[in-house]
Amino acid sequence: MLKEGELRIPSGCAISGIIDRKGRRFSGEEIIRSISLMHERSNGLGGGFAAYGIYPQYKDFYAFHIFYENLNIKMQTEDFIAKYFDIENAGSIPTKHVPSITNKPLIWRYFVSPRIHMLKGSFISDAEFTSRCVIKINKDYSGAYVFSSGKNMGTFKGVGYPEAIGEFFMLDTYKAYMWTAHGRFPTNTPGWWGGAHPFTILDWSVVHNGEISSYDTNKRFVEMYGYKCTLQTDTEVITYLFDMLARKFSIPMEKVIKIIAAPFWSEIEKENEELQFELKSMRTVYASALINGPFSIILGYEKGMIALNDRIKLRSLVAATKDDRTYVASEESAIRIICSNPDKIWFPGGGDPVIALLEEGQK
Amino acid sequence: MSLSFDIPVFEVVRNEKRCIQCQVCVRQCFNSVHSYDEDDNVVCTDDIKCVNCHRCVTLCPTRALIIKKYPLEFRENTNWTSNAIKEIYKQSQTGGVLLSSMGNPKAFPIYWDKILLNASQVTNPSIDPLREPMETKIMIGRKPEKLDFDVKGKLLTEMPPQVELSTPIMFSAMSYGSISRNAHESLARAATELGICYNTGEGGLNRDFYKYGKNTIVQVASGRFGVHKEYLSAGIAIEIKIGQGAKPGIGGHLPGKKVGEDVSATRMIPVGSDAISPAPHHDIYSIEDLRQLIFSLKETTSYKKPVFVKIAAVHNAAAIASGIVRAGADAIVVDGFRGGTGAAPTRVRDNVGIPIELALAAIDQRLVEEGIRNQASLIVAGSIRNSSDIVKAVALGADAVYVGSAAVIALGCHMCHTCSTGKCNWGIATQEPELVKRLNPDIMYKRLVNLVSAWNHEIQEMLGGMGINAIESLRGNRLMLRGIDLNEKELKVLGIKYAGE
Repeated sequence: MLKEGELRIPSGCAISGIIDRKGRRFSGEEIIRSISLMHERSNGLGGGFAAYGIYPQYKDFYAFHIFYENLNIKMQTEDFIAKYFDIENAGSIPTKHVPSITNKPLIWRYFVSPRIHMLKGSFISDAEFTSRCVIKINKDYSGAYVFSSGKNMGTFKGVGYPEAIGEFFMLDTYKAYMWTAHGRFPTNTPGWWGGAHPFTILDWSVVHNGEISSYDTNKRFVEMYGYKCTLQTDTEVITYLFDMLARKFSIPMEKVIKIIAAPFWSEIEKENEELQFELKSMRTVYASALINGPFSIILGYEKGMIALNDRIKLRSLVAATKDDRTYVASEESAIRIICSNPDKIWFPGGGDPVIALLEEGQK
Repeated sequence: MSLSFDIPVFEVVRNEKRCIQCQVCVRQCFNSVHSYDEDDNVVCTDDIKCVNCHRCVTLCPTRALIIKKYPLEFRENTNWTSNAIKEIYKQSQTGGVLLSSMGNPKAFPIYWDKILLNASQVTNPSIDPLREPMETKIMIGRKPEKLDFDVKGKLLTEMPPQVELSTPIMFSAMSYGSISRNAHESLARAATELGICYNTGEGGLNRDFYKYGKNTIVQVASGRFGVHKEYLSAGIAIEIKIGQGAKPGIGGHLPGKKVGEDVSATRMIPVGSDAISPAPHHDIYSIEDLRQLIFSLKETTSYKKPVFVKIAAVHNAAAIASGIVRAGADAIVVDGFRGGTGAAPTRVRDNVGIPIELALAAIDQRLVEEGIRNQASLIVAGSIRNSSDIVKAVALGADAVYVGSAAVIALGCHMCHTCSTGKCNWGIATQEPELVKRLNPDIMYKRLVNLVSAWNHEIQEMLGGMGINAIESLRGNRLMLRGIDLNEKELKVLGIKYAGE
């Protein structure tokens, strides 16, 4: 049977996210409770979490989380990493025995910084350099998979129900100012750890529910700009789209949202002339970046969290606020179980983003 | 002169019981197939002149006429077919190059018919275009690599000119001369009402039609017929015609008998002279020359008009297309070997060029690999027969399509393949005033509007079925396609999977 990346597997899902906008850190216990309430929305074939602010002592280093299938590929990959990066610290990621989690790969973590002299010749930023190296490992080192590569953040994922994955990685021992989570319902059983969500590149992480119908169009578009969609999943291509538009092209995030969930032409025509021209230009130039078909996503990045629905809301998404916290989830109950009395709870419209960013100076 | 070996191609069958000798057929047939014998009060026929255009059949009030394939057979021979024999009779009699009209009729594979579309089931919902918005609008033109915004979020990038189409369909280049004034007017009016474009072809533009400029693409071909500054500025975009699918490697042909007063004035050539365009543009002998022509046209029109470059689909179309994008074209037009024509040498029409489906897939793939696909639009032509051909073309990577044959069929063309004679009984491919007036633009433009509107509805249905609500999300979305009855190599060139995969 082909594994993820060798074929395209549609999947349904549950998603949840919490951010403390003041930047106060809290353990993974709440997010596990939230996602586990939506147990029925996943089928035990994938669960995962992204946590921001977990490595304050290494905040200036890229934290690589890597799955290895065997020691041989581990050695080859480490040779590559050692050639291009200075490794500040490395070790296996601590895990706990959980009966339902089987077939675990080797799971390693490295805190690294790009070697300065390697950067000088290539005239690119350290972020671009790092992202290219990550894409290269994932593309060329069969059996190795970098599943997290941001600074002061990390992804934890695997094959199993999300609550079991959370327990396996002992997420109650990590403290983050923002958590996102994903429970997966794939329509196939490849059982590959790399195929679980969230998907990340640098500090961008995406958890996603839906099956986008524009996948191949989006994929071909990002691949023109150096990305390589190794997993053939929606989440991967969505993450690359955000990374490309927001980081590579430096497009402001509110515009990126108007590209990815573009307003209808009929809506654009109602705007004033200047805005009309701008929206028209964005749709014209980035037509292939429009994500079509059902999706609800939670995007995490260093500044905070953005939750977004497709433009005709074909997937559920609920948002709530309480004091300094913002919650989003596939179902209202998944918020209420950890925040029984929110200040405000609402159902964002299609294409209307929920933007919950860290307050100034809280990063 | 030796004995003519000509035999009729069609047999005109008249049901004498039904015929009322009204002589409609006599008056309608410009090929003089029918004649009335007053003495015997019968209508007679001369089969050999019949081209099977159905004009008489359609207008016969008592349905007394049927046209059949002429029953005379040669001895069966799979190699020496009747066509092969008749062509030799013709050439040995005239010493001339065989001429044909319309597109390649040979039994080459039609890839559109070997590609199947996807639809959503369970894992994502299909979208109902009767109840949800469904967008088919597209923008044709050059796209900057990226958009830049200032710190306040204001757009800084200057946008190159774009042609806005309400649906990804345009009417192909058909020159005034090859087709009639009334046919041109019908195309122009339909394009205007539909919010799409028609194309002047290489015969210039009658000043009466400048008012349809916003929906007109003006063409510049190797003969430069009717090209002047006002003409270039009259349309919304300019198209440089390098080649045509029906006759790659050679220029346009307009027989002198189609060049009357008005055509002569529009083309800026003498009345009655053959308008034979040179095979190449004599100012384009290489890709760098093309760049110069593109930019001279842009200079002339103050960079307000996108410039398209049209080529025929030939073996190395992908490399040529890449060169065209890099030369600064705003859109590439690729015309497949089934593309129609008013007149082309038969041997060229039937043997030169490649299918548009393969050329399109190869070009789109090449431009993606080079990272330049987003810079220019890609328009394909060369026998787009219906809305599913369009959907498949877009999924293979096209931004839009041109339709020529389908448009003239909507105007009444019955595909008799004799445009070059100038005796089109339907008033389309003719300049005979008596025939031209048979095509009433007030009525016929609506048939074009109907056709494109119907196709647009069908495109919306198919898009919705795939769970897509904007056509740009289908462009290059080859996962929506599956092949059937294709070999590995064909699947590879098309970049699609086999049905069941």
